[in-house]
Amino acid sequence: MDKDINITLKVWRQKGPKEKGQFETYQLQNINQGTSFLEMLDILNEQLINEGKEPVVFDHDCREGICGMCSLYVNGHPHGPATGATTCQLYMRRFHDGETITIEPWRSAGFPVIRDLMVDRYAYDKIIQAGGFVSVNTGGVPDANATAIPKADADLAMDAAACIGCGACAAACKNGSAMLFVSAKVSQLALLPQGKIEAARRAKAMVAKMDELGFGNCTNTRACEMECPKNISVSNIARLNREFISAKLKD
Amino acid sequence: MWLLNSSIGKKLIMSVSGLFLVLFLLFHLSMNVAAAFSGEAYNMICSLLGANWYAVAATLVLAAGVVIHFLYAVILTLQNRKARGNDRYAINARPKGVEWASQNMLVLGIIIILFMVLHFSQFWYKMMFAELMGNHMVTLCDGTTTVSPQDGAAFINYYFQGNILNTVLYLVWYAALWFHLTHGFWSAIQTIGWNNTIWMNRWICISKIVATVICAVFAIITIVFYLNGVGGGLVACPGL
Repeated sequence: MDKDINITLKVWRQKGPKEKGQFETYQLQNINQGTSFLEMLDILNEQLINEGKEPVVFDHDCREGICGMCSLYVNGHPHGPATGATTCQLYMRRFHDGETITIEPWRSAGFPVIRDLMVDRYAYDKIIQAGGFVSVNTGGVPDANATAIPKADADLAMDAAACIGCGACAAACKNGSAMLFVSAKVSQLALLPQGKIEAARRAKAMVAKMDELGFGNCTNTRACEMECPKNISVSNIARLNREFISAKLKD
Repeated sequence: MWLLNSSIGKKLIMSVSGLFLVLFLLFHLSMNVAAAFSGEAYNMICSLLGANWYAVAATLVLAAGVVIHFLYAVILTLQNRKARGNDRYAINARPKGVEWASQNMLVLGIIIILFMVLHFSQFWYKMMFAELMGNHMVTLCDGTTTVSPQDGAAFINYYFQGNILNTVLYLVWYAALWFHLTHGFWSAIQTIGWNNTIWMNRWICISKIVATVICAVFAIITIVFYLNGVGGGLVACPGL
């Protein structure tokens, strides 16, 4: 049964990308455990506004786990203590009465803080723009069975395509590496016949962009995989390594 | 050059140099196994290698392997710290399923290298290096006894037989090596790209087996040396 709990929040406040940030502590009374984590932050912001203070800035959009906008580092875990779930799918029943909850933004050189808990994840869009697409002339709609695809490949591609690009992988990685994201985006296309034509160019362009944007080097700790809200497998990283190395060897 | 410029290229250098060093460990291990059974057999290997041109050439290649592996570890770690950004997390929780070794490879590597300095000062410096310097006898034991730099069995007996400090230090070394290898081996395979969802757990298992076999056999042989010295009852320091 959900109860009402009192909690202490330690929230990272930072005025801008170049400003120095620090933690602020807030008390919240009578939060129902059926409240979602983001609703709890809404309640906090309402309280702050009523006190005449600046509300906490945080990213959110669909609140149903598919848009990849919410991005909080809660008690040492990207997207909080739940596994296979985004921050918006996190509920207050994961926390107990009197608990102190520490909320930080993603910390990675590739994701500069915009304000408070909101970070700039445009870097991931730039990586997609570098090669995360297929170039086709779209004519009439082809028959669904015109291009046969083995079920195993279709499943793997679909699993990789589940990546919502939220940035939890780079946030969880001690090396600030974006390899899980890039490997998922390379894999979802490289596994399918439509994506194979540009596979070599895509792998090279996306890895080059990733390196250029200052993301770190993967050391296979698997922290990304363990924290990923969509359970993307690090076997995608092996596939990306394979795609990249063979593309470079063919040059 | 993509091997030097790209992140995956640099990781590939780490991977291949690491696998090369694993191969060397297996080679070194087989020589030690010989010494556990027969000091004479070990001395035969020592004289076969000695300071002959092929042994010196192989040592240089090996040294290059260690230097490259270490150099790239430092380069990659510095880049990774920079990529992490200036503000660190206040709370760091190691997620379930993340091996401790995988997040501490540089520290483990540095421990291994420090013990290598000890090992080289005890063996390589007085064996191959002494011979390269033209010394055909080196002092051991009480400082007056001299032995041939190719008498490896004498070195083993002197440093290990009844020497608890040295034995324990070497065992600590193998423990650090074990942790380093349990992650390093499968990580190297993953970096080359020879992995998928099925082979992931297999490689991690193989990685543990490789690490355990290498470190356990080294450890057992070291303990045998501590208790009995080399096989065949050769004496390192007669009269001591």
